[in-house]
Amino acid sequence: MTTPRPITARRVFNSFPVAFSLYAVVVSAIAWISYSGAQEMGYNWQWYQIPKYFYTYTDDGFQPGEIITGLWATIILSVISFTLATVLGLFVALLRMSGLVLGKGVSVIYLEFIRNIPLLVLLYLFYYVLGPVFGLGRWIAAVLTLAVFHSALISEIIRAGINSVATGQSEAAASIGMTHAQAYRYIILPQSVRFMLPPLFGEVVHLIKSSAIVSVIAVAELTTTGRNIISDTYMSFEIWFTIAIVYLSLTLVLSFCISTIERRFKTET
Amino acid sequence: MPKQPIIVAKKIDKFFGDFQALSDVNLTVHQGERVVVCGPSGSGKSTLLRCFNGLENHDAGHLKVNGVELYEDAPQIRQLRQDVGMVFQQFNLFPHLTILENLTIGPIKVHRLNRKDAETTALRYLERVRIPEQANKWPAQLSGGQQQRVAIARALCMSPKIMLFDEPTSSLDPEMIGEVLDVMVELADTGMTMVVVTHEMGFARRVADTMVFMEDGKIVEVSPPKTFFTNPQSARARVFLNQILEH
Repeated sequence: MTTPRPITARRVFNSFPVAFSLYAVVVSAIAWISYSGAQEMGYNWQWYQIPKYFYTYTDDGFQPGEIITGLWATIILSVISFTLATVLGLFVALLRMSGLVLGKGVSVIYLEFIRNIPLLVLLYLFYYVLGPVFGLGRWIAAVLTLAVFHSALISEIIRAGINSVATGQSEAAASIGMTHAQAYRYIILPQSVRFMLPPLFGEVVHLIKSSAIVSVIAVAELTTTGRNIISDTYMSFEIWFTIAIVYLSLTLVLSFCISTIERRFKTET
Repeated sequence: MPKQPIIVAKKIDKFFGDFQALSDVNLTVHQGERVVVCGPSGSGKSTLLRCFNGLENHDAGHLKVNGVELYEDAPQIRQLRQDVGMVFQQFNLFPHLTILENLTIGPIKVHRLNRKDAETTALRYLERVRIPEQANKWPAQLSGGQQQRVAIARALCMSPKIMLFDEPTSSLDPEMIGEVLDVMVELADTGMTMVVVTHEMGFARRVADTMVFMEDGKIVEVSPPKTFFTNPQSARARVFLNQILEH
């Protein structure tokens, strides 16, 4: 016979009905406070206006709205920046691990510089300083800023991934006569990918979120689209809620895909 | 012995920071000779072995392996490693490649062999270490003994002139030691030059031409196994043998 478990505060709060009602109470309280606050300032809610910014249906057929166009621009911006950041990050990581004094020095200075200035300042540097000097447009400046900023983080992810492959592996590769490059290409990197993928995917989500900052130099992406709509319509509550939800959906969908991929990856190896 | 010397170490010193891992080591290994190196742990056996294919660089003295003078970043080191096979205590198979790919990646990428020829050779060596049926499995699916036999086959696929074994049975379960030693005995019978760091004295007695006993980074005794096991010349070797053979 088993003795009944004692009823503790922890068990009570973790039971489904209690936990769910608590959750519902907190969420509705927040909703009510924001709603009544908006009522008090006489805010004119116009949610019915929102769908047309997603799509319109005319005689010409389906037309994507401004928000969808902005979302698409954010995705393109993120994909290009992330690709560039990964290439740059791999290069910096390999340079740092090359054993060359100069290479290590250059990469450490690069990392410390990038990691220790705010993203916004980096963006201004690219757009207002390097932009005029090298003739960079706002789009290019935005891509470079995001790529450079995230390359610093990615290079650390790559370095950690490479370091988590046991040293025995590079010794085994060397002992069958492989060059350094061959050992990296065929033995070390393929194995370290397993360690890099989870944090790299996290970095994609991080990049999508930080890409909103390029709205300050008016690159036509999702956040800029929101600002533009608001300056036309003054619907700041609806639009910012909507923009937030669009970002949230994008990153949540991405996170879901990622965890599916990761699970598959785990069973394969 | 009329045979050619293939490893010649003269006055080798090796430091790890302040710790002297090898001091004044002199050793000559001839072609076809089977040398077993033993001694208490930390005596520099593995370090010496790792110097022989340039995984460690000696700090002083001269080391010539297969006609190549070794020093840090020697350009011929890659060529040398193709001629010197190494088997590690931890097997160090490539976990992301199948058994067959583990065996063929060296010949394909380093010797530029085509895949078909490399696979034919690989299967022949898998046959020789008696696990041809495992060719398409992953290393993690094999037992320790099987993995170590694959590691031996991988080294042999590069057609080495010398084989180095760094405590090849030390991380194996007792019931798997025999199958690995059997493969090594067969290899010795083919006339391969072998340097083996091991505590398996039965194997040493059966295979070795020369016993090397090391302690504190020095070679204390070099003698034929008959002398070494029945009448060791040094007091330290006698103590060591008593400890190891007691059980």
